[in-house]
Amino acid sequence: MNTFSGNLRRDLEVRRYPILVYAMTPLAALVLQAWLPRFLGGFAWFDLPLVVTVYFALVQRIPIQGTLMGAGMGLFQDALTSHAIGVNGIAKTVVGFLASSIGTRIDVENHTIRLALTFLLSLLSSATYVFVYRGLLGINQQWTWFVDIFKAVGSTIIAAALFPALDRLQIRE
Amino acid sequence: MESFFIRYRNLLVLLAILLAQIIGLAVQVRRTGAGRNTLDPADGAGVRLIRLWADAVVTPPEQAIHSTKLGVEYLWQNYIDLRHTQSENQDLKRTIDRLRLEQAELLEDALQGQRLQALAAFQQKYIYKTVSAQAIGSSGSDQSRVFTIDKGSNYGMKPDMAVITADGIVGKVREVFPTTAQVLAINDQTSGAGVILATTRLRGILRGNAIGQLQIVGILADQRIQPGEKVLTAGGDLIFPRGLPVGVVDKVVRDQDRDGFIDVIVKPAAHLDQLDEVLVILSTEPRFSDDQQQDLATSEAVKGAEAAAIAEQKKAAAIMAERLPGLIDPNLPPEQQPLLETTNPDPVVRPPQPLHPDRFTPGGAAQPKAAEPSTAEHRSSPESSPESSPAPVAPKKEPQP
Repeated sequence: MNTFSGNLRRDLEVRRYPILVYAMTPLAALVLQAWLPRFLGGFAWFDLPLVVTVYFALVQRIPIQGTLMGAGMGLFQDALTSHAIGVNGIAKTVVGFLASSIGTRIDVENHTIRLALTFLLSLLSSATYVFVYRGLLGINQQWTWFVDIFKAVGSTIIAAALFPALDRLQIRE
Repeated sequence: MESFFIRYRNLLVLLAILLAQIIGLAVQVRRTGAGRNTLDPADGAGVRLIRLWADAVVTPPEQAIHSTKLGVEYLWQNYIDLRHTQSENQDLKRTIDRLRLEQAELLEDALQGQRLQALAAFQQKYIYKTVSAQAIGSSGSDQSRVFTIDKGSNYGMKPDMAVITADGIVGKVREVFPTTAQVLAINDQTSGAGVILATTRLRGILRGNAIGQLQIVGILADQRIQPGEKVLTAGGDLIFPRGLPVGVVDKVVRDQDRDGFIDVIVKPAAHLDQLDEVLVILSTEPRFSDDQQQDLATSEAVKGAEAAAIAEQKKAAAIMAERLPGLIDPNLPPEQQPLLETTNPDPVVRPPQPLHPDRFTPGGAAQPKAAEPSTAEHRSSPESSPESSPAPVAPKKEPQP
């Protein structure tokens, strides 16, 4: 009951972080996402920008901010690929909006719920990506569902370590 | 009205951002002649600018991490991890001595091969100018097999230049920035390279699939294709010079979309997942150095002198033949010329006529019984017995009356 009782939960606690955390965490996520696959090869089954987007969207609970952050992270990821710019942008925009909207209604202090949300939103991001590519753009892109499940699991594992670390960086009154 | 925007501002912002991105995507997609949608291979100015910004943000930290990694590796390998260095050093010295000898032999062979191919006017392209680069980053997406290298237009790089390693081809330059460049790996779904199977000589198009494997598509089912067969570049795509190693055939699977066609899964020769240093081919035009040009000129001069000497020898032989008419009878057909190696090296050998022809002798019954022919007439007569053993043919002499 406590989990879903917070219709005004954002009024209970507003998390604030140092400006450096706001700036460096997304940047570090983008850089590591581009750098780590060089060493992990085909086993780079994670999406660090998505994890960071979900975290800040959940704890800030402001849908517009979550939407903008998701759009920015997604567009940045698109710019590093050979694909059209906007596919990841749309996927992460939806993720950021949903995460921040859900954050106003559930207890985001519960670590298990945050991890479950990360897993589900990672799958949603992959599904949105495929929908945009195949449905919206009509481009025949091969897709393997098990890779996206592995990626969701990997993102959730990283979130399990990253979320408590970021929690420690918040400014406490 | 104001309350509507305030009440639904979150949703409106979401829709506005989604709409803007959808419009941006629509600009980047074009329709092919076959009626299929595809991404425009050439980025527009706006898209290129966004990529440039992203590259400018990500590249400095990546280079810093990469430099740090190299520094740590250098320290570890050169100052800390020095076990067995002495024995390795001795082994390496022996190896160097052996390789020097081999290198000298190979150099001679290579120079000779280049001279011969140039003289034969082969149009095969050589790799004449390359620049090495370090892979410092990737796209971070399993759907896009793109990586970043630490050299760009400042080093003369241009789009569509081939990227290789010592093991095999890697990809092609996709986007070039001043200090960095994006490389599209050959195992990306949007890449393409013309390849040829080394043994069966079948040609196809190489591209990547969803899980990063290399596959050759558009090949008719052929039982001759076996795992282990080498795959080389065909050279028809104007990107990769022909003959570069691509990989080996891993397995053959049926094409799910087209009956009668197969997909050949290829194991790449280069380690595409863990690239460190690559070579970018800047020039493939056949340009020889000054020394090589001089060698070619010398070779052509020597060849011309040899040809002139041979022509002189033939001319002298012809003059000698004219001055010795007894050896050749111009009134006889070639098969009856005297056995001379220079004028009639392969005369028709006819067996001698039997001494006592009977009715079984070919043509014997029709001939009247006449006086015994002379030995010389027997040997020069065109009629012969098949049972008789062949005998050397002597020069024809006029019969004495």
